[in-house]
Amino acid sequence: MLTLLFDGIAYGMLLFVLAVGLAVTLGLMNFINLAHGAFAMAGGYITVMLMNRLGVPFLLCLPLAFVGTALLGALLEPTLYRRMYGKPHLDQVLFSIGLVFMAVAGVDYLVGSTQQNIQLPEWLKGRFDIAWIGMGKYRSFIIVVCGVLTVALQWVLAKTRFGSQLRASVDDPRVAGGLGLNVNRIFLLTFAMGSGLAGLGGALGAEVLGLDPGFPLKFMIYFLIVVSVGGTTTLTGPLLAALLLGIADVAGKYYVPKLGAFIVYTLMIVILLIRPQGLFARAGGGK
Amino acid sequence: MSSVVLETRSLLKRFGGITPTNDVTLQVHKGARHALIGPNGAGKTTLINLLTGVLEPTSGSIWLDGEEITTLAPHLRVRRGIVRTFQINQLFSELTPLQSLALAVSAQLGIGAGWWKPLGADARVAPLCEKLLAQFHLDDVMNQQVKHLAYGKRRLLEIATALACEPRVLLLDEPVAGVPEGERQEIFDIINALPADVSVLLIEHDMDLVFNFAKSVTVLVSGAVFAEGDVQAIANDPRVKAVYLGEGEAAHG
Amino acid sequence: MSAGNVVAALRAHARWRWWEFALLAALLVSWVALPGHALLLNEIAILALFAVSLDLILGYAGVVSLGHAAFFGIGSYAAALFAKLVMPDPLVGMAVAVAIAAALGAMCSVLILRGTDLTRLMVTLGVASILYELANKLDWLTGGADGLQGVVMGPLLGQFEFDLSGRTAYAYTLVVLIVCLLIARKLVHSPFGYSLQALRDNRLRAGSIGLSVNLRLVAVYTVAAAMAGAAGALLAQTSGFSSLDVFEFHRSAEVLLVLVIGGTGYLYGGIFGAIVFKLLHDLISAWTPQYWNFWLGLFLVVLVLVGREKLLRPRTWFGAKKP
Repeated sequence: MLTLLFDGIAYGMLLFVLAVGLAVTLGLMNFINLAHGAFAMAGGYITVMLMNRLGVPFLLCLPLAFVGTALLGALLEPTLYRRMYGKPHLDQVLFSIGLVFMAVAGVDYLVGSTQQNIQLPEWLKGRFDIAWIGMGKYRSFIIVVCGVLTVALQWVLAKTRFGSQLRASVDDPRVAGGLGLNVNRIFLLTFAMGSGLAGLGGALGAEVLGLDPGFPLKFMIYFLIVVSVGGTTTLTGPLLAALLLGIADVAGKYYVPKLGAFIVYTLMIVILLIRPQGLFARAGGGK
Repeated sequence: MSSVVLETRSLLKRFGGITPTNDVTLQVHKGARHALIGPNGAGKTTLINLLTGVLEPTSGSIWLDGEEITTLAPHLRVRRGIVRTFQINQLFSELTPLQSLALAVSAQLGIGAGWWKPLGADARVAPLCEKLLAQFHLDDVMNQQVKHLAYGKRRLLEIATALACEPRVLLLDEPVAGVPEGERQEIFDIINALPADVSVLLIEHDMDLVFNFAKSVTVLVSGAVFAEGDVQAIANDPRVKAVYLGEGEAAHG
Repeated sequence: MSAGNVVAALRAHARWRWWEFALLAALLVSWVALPGHALLLNEIAILALFAVSLDLILGYAGVVSLGHAAFFGIGSYAAALFAKLVMPDPLVGMAVAVAIAAALGAMCSVLILRGTDLTRLMVTLGVASILYELANKLDWLTGGADGLQGVVMGPLLGQFEFDLSGRTAYAYTLVVLIVCLLIARKLVHSPFGYSLQALRDNRLRAGSIGLSVNLRLVAVYTVAAAMAGAAGALLAQTSGFSSLDVFEFHRSAEVLLVLVIGGTGYLYGGIFGAIVFKLLHDLISAWTPQYWNFWLGLFLVVLVLVGREKLLRPRTWFGAKKP
């Protein structure tokens, strides 16, 4: 059972890294980006291409996936996304659905629709067995990497100037702009970082979650659950929501396989019914 | 002695460490022309939000005609006759003034949920709309979508919509806010022409309007009742003057 | 200005426009004049009904839903299962499917009363996903991933068999579509319909003029669910099977796009959108069968970037103004 908990935590941390960009985009630009999963997918495919075609070692692929998708985000933000910020949510939804369809079809065309496999390096295969917990080495690796990232993010937000600028812009973009902050640049950097993190998550998750062109649509609802349950005003909110989701999903699929993801969806609806602004949002936050 | 139509008893609202409404006990009599004034941030709009049910009080109670309505839902309070206007126009941007008023009138007549007959089919709706449109000089724009109307017309529609609900107690939140000097008289006249049995509570910064219209005044400072009395007494009260001058706030011109 | 003007103005909004008659006539004529295309026309009409039902909650009440397929799907499975397990009469099956979809709509409407746009998106998406999972897992009932096959319908009104050419099917669908359209038309021109627009435009003010926002949302959501359920039932009954894809996200996204193409908030957008969408789909699929999704996505992106109002306004071709 503790193994389940362990797996659930690993899954949850991965979901957090994948979804944190979405949470920040929503909180900062008030933009519902359903295409966020496409960036994750991009990171996964970059990794696969680099490893399988060019023989790049796995560990090196991770930062490359991050940089690659961050660049992609940095490219798309000023050209496409920026025009959509003020538009009604319906338009944003349609726009991002359109992007997802394009990404999915594009990947299908370029690479085909079969699941991609990653050969993990030897030292990440297998498990540690400590007392009665079987901890997969790769899942431990995921927890460590995601944990480090989370701490780093928290540090950036709390201790750096960029972090306080970001927090100010999330709180009130107009006032932030009035204070002389270059809100456009903050948006760009944030979006790029969020996309990069999604890409990194996609790379990390390829082995665990599976990678095929259907990835963005399959996992879109999970990212959205993390954001809507966790809220967009804090970092810990989505983290806790992701952990909750990860554990619930793993446990649910193990104990009640007949119902599968049913449990997760029902849990989400119940939570949103009771607290529509999310489980962890500060009162008065959320849009 | 005229009867009390609307009253609050020790009404308190606290959230997030601030207390925008602090133990407010106030009474509005039938046919009142009562002004609620105070410096910015005194909690006047919060009080209106509490009275209309948009906000729930932390403690205290609200009474209408001797019945407690503290927990009554906002739309039900409207049906009992408490109607408000908003300081910032809250209109239906895609509808036309005629449709907005027809809807409010229909709601008032109890046919707001009718789904079979078209809007305005009931013979009572059109005359009531026509009266309001004429009174508020909206006849020439009655078929234009609200989002295309000039600000002055929108402000008139804001008040007209409230009147369409046949209020017994009308809460006006800065009715001339943002309206240029030249157009204010129009609104003053309409307010002055309100029926005598409608009780009016007016939030205002424009002292001309207050002294021309109100018979009694409550001064709110930092969420609490600072002074109360008839309009002459308040006008001459040195403490009230000090509160305003001390704030350095000129009345909104 | 006299009261007569006001009365006339109010009446004018509800009056039948010439192009409404023309559209209805065109629909009826299409059954007579295009017998060879009955199957395609049937698909278009079903999609149109589905989209019109979405218009009620999206265009009129302003609720953005990513899971409207939930009701379409439940109608489809309900009709299919009813025909298979109880009795094959199409009209009774339709009534049952509509009732079930309406009940589901009423239950789910509670979920969309509070919260932000994102919350509503999530909740509607969640419901559709739950139903998909349920249909998938309860494969002893629904056939799971293989779908529910072998649904044989009895004759319509005891007389008209569903034939291979689809003419009976299309006639059936047309009648249901037109009936629903007429009901919806009554709804949107009534005080109830205008109050929906009011709560879409300004929920706060709607409450402040004495309208009960929550009851109205429940009511319109139920009606929209019932109509979507009818569309789903039509699909199952005229095609003879039901499968998981009726609950798929793709369907919810597609109907959203269809409605947006045709235009929201004037009731007929669903019909125009369905016609354009299906024709585009057939055209583009013939040319590049596998990557329809790509062009669909591109179209969506361009549509939104350019601005929904500017790109396609079939209603302005007919000189109609939004009521």
